[in-house]
Amino acid sequence: MARNLTFSIFRYNPQDPISVPHTDTFVLDETNHMTLFIALNRIREEQDPGLQFDFCCRAGICGACAMVVNGRPGLACHTKTKDLPDAITLMPLPFFTLVGDLSVDTGTWFRNMAQRVRSWVHTDKDFDPKALEERMDNAVAEEIYELERCIECGCCVAACGTAIMRPDFLGAAGLNRLARFVLDPRDKRTEQDYFDIVGNDQGIFGCMGLLACEDVCPKHLPLQDQLGMLRWKMGWAGIMNLLPWKRK
Amino acid sequence: MQTFQTDLLCIGAGLAGERVAIEAAAAGFDVTCLSLVPARRSHSSAAQGGMQAALGNCAMGEGDSPDVHFEDTVKGSDWGCDQEVARLFCDNAPIAMRQLAAWGVPWNRVVPGKSTYFKGGKLFEKEEKQEKEGLITARAFGGTAKWRTCYTSDGTGHTVLYTMDNRAVQLGVAVHDKIEALSLIHDGENCLGAVVRCLKTGELRVYLARVTLIATGGFGRIYRESTNAVINDGGGLIIALDTGVVPLGNMEAVQFHPTGIVPTDILVTEGCRGDGGTLLDKNEHRFMPDYEPDKAELASRDVVSRWMTHHMRQGLGVPSPYGDHLWLDIRHLGCHHLATKLREVDEICKNFLGIDPAVNLIPVRPTQHYSMGGVRTDKDGLAYGLKGLFSAGEAACWDMHGFNRLGGNSLAETVVAGMIVGAKVVEYLRNHQVSYPTGLIRDFAAQQQDRTKRLISKADGKENVFTVRNAMYDALMHGAGIFRNAKDLEACVQTLQEVHERANKIGLRSNGRGANPELALALRLPGMVRLALCVAQGALQRTESRGSHAREDYPERNDRDWLVRTLATWQPGAPLPTLNYEPVSQVWSIPPGERGYGGGKIIPAETKE
Ligand SMILES: Cc1cc2nc3c(=O)[nH]c(=O)nc-3n(C[C@H](O)[C@H](O)[C@H](O)COP(=O)(O)OP(=O)(O)OC[C@H]3O[C@@H](n4cnc5c(N)ncnc54)[C@H](O)[C@@H]3O)c2cc1C
Ligand code: SF4
Ligand code: SF4
Ligand code: FES
Repeated sequence: MARNLTFSIFRYNPQDPISVPHTDTFVLDETNHMTLFIALNRIREEQDPGLQFDFCCRAGICGACAMVVNGRPGLACHTKTKDLPDAITLMPLPFFTLVGDLSVDTGTWFRNMAQRVRSWVHTDKDFDPKALEERMDNAVAEEIYELERCIECGCCVAACGTAIMRPDFLGAAGLNRLARFVLDPRDKRTEQDYFDIVGNDQGIFGCMGLLACEDVCPKHLPLQDQLGMLRWKMGWAGIMNLLPWKRK
Repeated sequence: MQTFQTDLLCIGAGLAGERVAIEAAAAGFDVTCLSLVPARRSHSSAAQGGMQAALGNCAMGEGDSPDVHFEDTVKGSDWGCDQEVARLFCDNAPIAMRQLAAWGVPWNRVVPGKSTYFKGGKLFEKEEKQEKEGLITARAFGGTAKWRTCYTSDGTGHTVLYTMDNRAVQLGVAVHDKIEALSLIHDGENCLGAVVRCLKTGELRVYLARVTLIATGGFGRIYRESTNAVINDGGGLIIALDTGVVPLGNMEAVQFHPTGIVPTDILVTEGCRGDGGTLLDKNEHRFMPDYEPDKAELASRDVVSRWMTHHMRQGLGVPSPYGDHLWLDIRHLGCHHLATKLREVDEICKNFLGIDPAVNLIPVRPTQHYSMGGVRTDKDGLAYGLKGLFSAGEAACWDMHGFNRLGGNSLAETVVAGMIVGAKVVEYLRNHQVSYPTGLIRDFAAQQQDRTKRLISKADGKENVFTVRNAMYDALMHGAGIFRNAKDLEACVQTLQEVHERANKIGLRSNGRGANPELALALRLPGMVRLALCVAQGALQRTESRGSHAREDYPERNDRDWLVRTLATWQPGAPLPTLNYEPVSQVWSIPPGERGYGGGKIIPAETKE
């Protein structure tokens, strides 16, 4: 039986002086294989051409379409309506600056994060175009890829209690990013260098370890393992730091 | 109106745009990239399969060299490429891959010892050499003589783009995201920057630059069914075409990928077939060897897509509510392979189809995928027609792809071209100064302001932007798809001309305030229809079949009359593009010959008077 779906969607256009935050309701007949990508586009084309939301790859690989679906952050392109009740509430991701309706500005936050964790391989080697590539163990390469699969959707940050209280918190995505470099033999930073970035309340010591981030991560990244690893390593680096004769 | 000034303005922050940006930033220039989305969401991140470079590290790549890569590329292009450019590309690709390794890409590496692999559903064994341990490895892709496609699992584009963006952050490249370029600023001779719309606030802005680069990727979204991201609507090509002096090259060369899934047209990578996946029909019969005994599923994409369409036309497709499709079978590759090397495919099947590719067949059909055409440049990446305008990546017709690009060659192109064009941009910046005439800038900005006002006030009409866009989709899918003929193309051109008129009479239904999406589409749509007309008119005039351009009424590849590249320009106010032609290549290292697959007759060049 085809259902009628009722969408309650958060609306607010900060650029429009007469707009106030409110909820609009749209009704749509459900079709086979319907996803929120299909549904939202139909609503825009058939009912409200001004409705703002973000999709890009529509295939679960770019991270553009994160929103809060019935109370839970997730990727809209991924979400099949058949897995939802016939009343669907859509809200923009909290924490990030609202652009309008369901669209938020994740780009600014993530670029800022990349700057804060100095998200690049730190090395003093110059690239030699004539030399063979430096060798790497395939298993290590695969481990790095495992952490690099984050698509910067922002779900983990939006679900994080610490982030809501501390806007300067690096979030699971930021800590995972740093963990990726800790793992990478090409990155020559010392533990002290990493400690300087995350050994504080904006970093690893701000995390309360309540798991919300890993629960919502659509890429199923092992965020808890990374947070645990960093906390352990940074705790150790912190202790070393207190012992003056160990200081580098 | 806010005005920004920079040395290099990259319109586009995908792999091509950022690679050029990095070259200029490393040389000390001030660089700003614009992007519709955060840089890391650019479509480059969606490429799964990998990128070609003749490193020859893995067992099945032994004996590979830039020469073999060059030969594959020229054959793949159906002799439609610029051979000087293809040569530059193949020689530099290995350097580009190694540089990416140094910057942080976690390439999959050679693991010594014996292992098994599949080809055409059958199991084979290979042995990787001890001395190659830890070097960058490669997988097979269609149309290549050796295993040459470097990869990181099936997230190649993702890891390469993230590494590239990390490098850009390190060098202080500014990326302004949620920005859409609406027009170039130029005086008919020099390009001076762009007028843009901020997609956060809806405001118009001006960017002035000594060099402008168009790296906006493909324009697949003029087709309804496309593997491309929803942002790939040809914005960069539109602003180039609208100058009236910059030509677009070979717009009729549009690639269809064999394995878009049904019904959502999401791509599953060619790596599936490279790793040994097969195509089956409704009787679960493997049909590709019947048509291509030698290459089978690993013939080039244009060939496989055509045989698939042909096979379905014989009534052998699998019927479905979304039309006929075929099956892709990767069940035999095993759970471990799927979970490590084809993990995104595994996820796509589970998330979007609700099936498990380890036990179920995947429904696929050919889907629009890649645009060989684009802003025509010389081998330095400098656009024809305007000084200070460069282009690179899928948006450009640098032209190493000719009429069909090989899988793995376009991701590689973005970084290799980025490296080469980037160096030329630096040279240009060192030697050229410009001055910015304020009146001219004001005029260009006023033009966009005026368009916006007219759309909001419905001054030109009340056409519904979505209805007009759908009319464009219908015309193109029907007239300029995989198989083409004069009758359908003529109808297509005529319909598109009507659609173009309607696209100029759109009136908004919403208020157009702020980051309004209806306004964005309305501003873009007339240009999209012009691109569609360049495709259809170019295809109509080209009375031969070459690479992805297949004319049922002209099945031969005609080297006598058509060894030329189409150059389309658009005079302001004209109803159709003006088409000119130039020789495809100045240099002929490999004279035109058979591709070795795909059949078809050739009318040789020698028969010319
Ligand atoms: C699903 C899929 C899989 C693929 N897999 C492979 C593969 O395995 N191997 C391979 O070689 N190739 C592959 N390709 C092709 C390859 O990914 C692309 O050709 C390549 O990534 C294009 O890179 P680019 O830098 O030119 O453009 P993109 O990465 O598309 O970037 C375009 C940039 O331009 C910006 N932009 C666009 N319009 C405007 C505007 N008007 N104003 C401002 N900014 C704008 C966008 O925001 C974006 O930043 C694949 C393509 C698809 C669709
Ligand atoms: S575990 Fe830490 S990072 Fe994750 S949601 Fe909780 S507080 Fe945030
Ligand atoms: S870690 Fe997961 S939830 Fe967080 S941004 Fe990355 S992909 Fe999204
Ligand atoms: S649109 Fe890319 S992840 Fe949803």
